[in-house]
Amino acid sequence: MTSSADALRAAAAALALLAGPATAAEIVGDAMPASLTGAAGDPDRGRALVADRQASLCILCHTAPLGDRRFQGDLAPDLAGVGARLSDGQIRLRVADARRLNGQTIMPPYLSVEARQRVGPAFRDKPILTPAQIEDIVAWLATLK
Amino acid sequence: MRFPLAGLAFVAATAALAQAPKRSGFEDMSPATQAMQRDDAANPGLFFALDGKAAFARVEGAAGRSCADCHGADGGGLKGVAARYPAFDERSGAPVDLAGRVEICRREHQQAPAWPRESRPMLAMTAYLGLISRGAAMAPPDDPRLATARERGRALFTTRLGQLDLACAQCHDDNAGRRLGGALIPQGHVNNYPAYRLEWQAVGSLQRRIRNCMTGVRAEPFPAGAAELIELELWLAERSRGLPVETPSVRP
Repeated sequence: MTSSADALRAAAAALALLAGPATAAEIVGDAMPASLTGAAGDPDRGRALVADRQASLCILCHTAPLGDRRFQGDLAPDLAGVGARLSDGQIRLRVADARRLNGQTIMPPYLSVEARQRVGPAFRDKPILTPAQIEDIVAWLATLK
Repeated sequence: MRFPLAGLAFVAATAALAQAPKRSGFEDMSPATQAMQRDDAANPGLFFALDGKAAFARVEGAAGRSCADCHGADGGGLKGVAARYPAFDERSGAPVDLAGRVEICRREHQQAPAWPRESRPMLAMTAYLGLISRGAAMAPPDDPRLATARERGRALFTTRLGQLDLACAQCHDDNAGRRLGGALIPQGHVNNYPAYRLEWQAVGSLQRRIRNCMTGVRAEPFPAGAAELIELELWLAERSRGLPVETPSVRP
């Protein structure tokens, strides 16, 4: 199952490359360098989104420098200092579709709707977050240095 | 010929090393919730089980029989039965879980009306069958006719589902013991259903619990009684082999 899903993702990636001209979601190395909206995100909105357990779900798995950490998760790397460890583009790709870097990742794909199975009717064909929301989150995470 | 055997033993040993010891969800609960499960007077699941006990003795259906008429008073020969399901059903040629087995008995031997899976009488009867199995080690049948379905259940357990694209195994195998939003992730054992969940404020079945997880990853849940759920239950029972039955349990 995983290998066929990986194959699907690889095929989708190859198609994206064949498509030619750079698109907003173009992947270069381990990064997605260009803004998904063509504009910079708003870090304050990004902070609020990361803190929102229902909308972004980030702190279910990650710990983040958001005050009370008692109800945050520890399945995934601490987001403190992520802006120093990764470039904006590297953060963007990890949020958009971390499966591109690690087929076994537990990180949900926030932008990609490829190769998902049995998605609930309310969420079908919808990304978890909009490109603008992802840009806001990237903008805030980039400030965590 | 000795070398390949030694190699196999090595593979088996490293696989065993990679796995944490089996740990009932009970171990990870707060002392207050543990006390609630231990004390039959405080455990809301006991009311269900006692309703089930009464139903076991009651004549129902056109055939004019009670469960006890065939199985004996006070559960009779069914002690430990909850540790041995799902099992293979000869008549249908398919695996059935305990609720499915109760339903077959009602239909064929009692000619009684069906109990929907999450109905109070079905939860009560399965809670009672769990109660008379308390302490029995989970011992799924070593029946080759179950192997294919169990293997499908194992595959489903490791299949990413839903908008969040997560597999059961990613939390309950790979990250058990860590914290998801402040809540400890259990190993996902099934030696305790039906269970009274504080989150539900109600007694519910294992299938209800699985459907909750599916909704959590924003997947479309399988309908109650679906073959996929029975297959998953087969694999889950195998994962829990050896743990004592705790039904009716309390969980957070």
